[in-house]
Amino acid sequence: MAHTLSAATARAVKTAITTKVSLDGLSIVFRRDGSAVEVLDRISLEVREGEFVCILGPSGCGKSTLLNIVAGFLQPSSGQAWIDGEAVRGPDPRRIFVFQERGVFPWLTVEGNIGFGLFKLSREEKAERIAHYVQLVGLEGFERAYPHELSGGMKQRLEVARAFAVNPDMLFLDEPFGSLDSITRLGMRKELLRIWELERKTILFVTHDIEEAVQLADRVVVLSSRPARIRRIVEIDIPHPRDISAPRYLELRDGIFEEIGLAHQV
Amino acid sequence: MKKFSWLPPTIFVAILVVAWHIAAARQAVPIIPGPWAVLQGIGELARKGLLVKYVVASVFRVTWGYLLAVATAIPFGLFLGWRRRAEMALNPALQVLRPISPLAWIPIAILWFGVGDLAAIFLIFLASFLPLTMSAMNAVRNIPAIYLQAGSNFGLSERQLMWKVLYPAVLPQLLVGLRLALGIAWMVVVAAEMIAVNSGLGFLIIDSRNAGNRYDLVVAGMVLIGAIGLLLDTGMRSLERLRSLRWGYGTD
Amino acid sequence: MTPNVSIRRWEPYLWPLCATAAILSLWSAGVWWSGTRVFPSPVAVERALAELLRKGLLWRYIGDSLFRVGAGYALAITCGIPVGLLLGWNPAAAAAVNPVIQMLRPISPLAWIPLAIVWFGATDLAAIFLIFLASVFPILVSTMNGVRNVPPMFLQAGQNFGLSTAALLRRVVFPSALPQMLVGLRIALGVAWLVLVAAEMIAVTSGLGYLIIDSRNAGQRYDLVIAGMLIIGLIGLGLDFSIRHLETWKSVRWGFRHET
Repeated sequence: MAHTLSAATARAVKTAITTKVSLDGLSIVFRRDGSAVEVLDRISLEVREGEFVCILGPSGCGKSTLLNIVAGFLQPSSGQAWIDGEAVRGPDPRRIFVFQERGVFPWLTVEGNIGFGLFKLSREEKAERIAHYVQLVGLEGFERAYPHELSGGMKQRLEVARAFAVNPDMLFLDEPFGSLDSITRLGMRKELLRIWELERKTILFVTHDIEEAVQLADRVVVLSSRPARIRRIVEIDIPHPRDISAPRYLELRDGIFEEIGLAHQV
Repeated sequence: MKKFSWLPPTIFVAILVVAWHIAAARQAVPIIPGPWAVLQGIGELARKGLLVKYVVASVFRVTWGYLLAVATAIPFGLFLGWRRRAEMALNPALQVLRPISPLAWIPIAILWFGVGDLAAIFLIFLASFLPLTMSAMNAVRNIPAIYLQAGSNFGLSERQLMWKVLYPAVLPQLLVGLRLALGIAWMVVVAAEMIAVNSGLGFLIIDSRNAGNRYDLVVAGMVLIGAIGLLLDTGMRSLERLRSLRWGYGTD
Repeated sequence: MTPNVSIRRWEPYLWPLCATAAILSLWSAGVWWSGTRVFPSPVAVERALAELLRKGLLWRYIGDSLFRVGAGYALAITCGIPVGLLLGWNPAAAAAVNPVIQMLRPISPLAWIPLAIVWFGATDLAAIFLIFLASVFPILVSTMNGVRNVPPMFLQAGQNFGLSTAALLRRVVFPSALPQMLVGLRIALGVAWLVLVAAEMIAVTSGLGYLIIDSRNAGQRYDLVIAGMLIIGLIGLGLDFSIRHLETWKSVRWGFRHET
């Protein structure tokens, strides 16, 4: 116990040195039919290198919009997102956005999808990289299959593999497991953590599932409903693998439930 | 910004009309009329009373042929879609008949009905009957099985099932078929009038050419055919926008 | 589809055979009963087909017709697909050009026949021009819509991986629009085949459309007329079948609802 704690502390010290993402007062207002809808309200946040951060909020609160701004697909109305000290101006292959499983290209095979971003590599390197990630996400035997021949969970793993294959230093995941059944979803969380522990990418993960956030993240950023503000940032100080019946886990989870205004009773 | 969305198309059309005008003015032998000559041609037709007469003649033929096809093809297609064995039996014959251009029937139409309205109506009927049958048949076959299961789960009889589930479920696809068939019908009436009758917009075009190379009237006829075709298509499309049907056409 | 129907193995063969036999015997009976001397019986049509084959006319006419359709259709593809891609990709260009397309499209290609003859004379070129006109609009419009309907998610993913605009068009937009383009290609081929017959009736002196109109005009040979129609139907069926076959390619299958 003492050993794992000290290892975690050492990692925390090491990673605290570098700030990966810095959000500085991000606000966005959408204009539709002449009326203005305020979606994000002055979001400021720092994410460390190699950190796993979950952004948690009710459906439609604007958490996906926030992720789209950080990924460079949307311009904020005011404020600025910084990554590695550079202002975000647009999408960048060093940071890959993972959609729900609908983002895989239906006209490409599993191999084709994983190799999609590898157009700068030589043929051998590409084949090697594809084989590695096929194996990493457990899609062996399906290399030549098309997405419509795969299950939802397999498509989701494929999309994660496509993102990891280009060796980005950061990943954005937008409710990636939202459309999976609860058993597959649990398996996928385990897989994602396993790959994350191996490769240590910085991850921003959007979800509306409190359990999911507490199981995965180093820190959980709790957003309010629209216009989204940061209500609270919860540090999840439990080492992986997490025991989801441990008192500390339940304490943190119930704290968030209360924060959102829900008594944890059905 | 949105206020001026009409501007680019207008400018583009204006450029095309000017280009047409210049090209027409510069030809060595004046055969192709310019835009002004075509307008005058339409004016001439209107003065002689031919404009209304020919438009009415063409629309009359299309209406009869098309309505006859709708009235027969849709029940027939729905029946074929609903009864697997009937579809199986007739499918080969339908598949061979369908790609036969309706215009290939012209000699037979003239043999059976003589040169006249009936032959043209028969051709339009043929041209719309097969596409409509096919689209009604396919519409039934594409209904998700769960709709029918849900329907019978609520204890509907087969007749109620047809009326309450089948009919509303096939309607969106059917409308697309109806629109495409109307387009083909309008195309065929032009050809039929060139060969089998002596009135209508198709006749106007071929007659203006044969009787004295009046190409201003030929192009005037083309403009009228295009305008009416556009109206028919827009009319059918506006049906697809009805709210109870919107679910059938993706989101836009 | 129909509830509670189980089809036995032999039924998919038996029923079509029965129906076809029934249609043919009704046809023969009708000819016999009406005592017509003009309208041929199925047997007469079969003899007419044999006659065409013997004279060597059949293959020549089929070749001529297929050449015209092939040339006009190929021309329509080479124009329609690039222009459609451009208009789908560039909304401003589409806004300017679309009304013109919408105005030209409903003009029956057959209405162009007099102009085609003025420009190209009564030659193959006139027929090819008409087929081009007939097939270019379905191809262009379906390509344009296919490009417009590319899910924004695919474009975002492509941009995210650092694709240039050219690569984005080639690797994301084109494959994503392909299923819809194929539907347009199929519709265009059907219309081209329809227009070919009309063009050959009016503008040239060979091909299957000419066979039909000529057999009627020269001596009321209705057996040849129906033989010609039958061949038109069979070839049209073959063309439709082969283009449908393209839709089963694995890289476009996802875009079609196929029954299993």
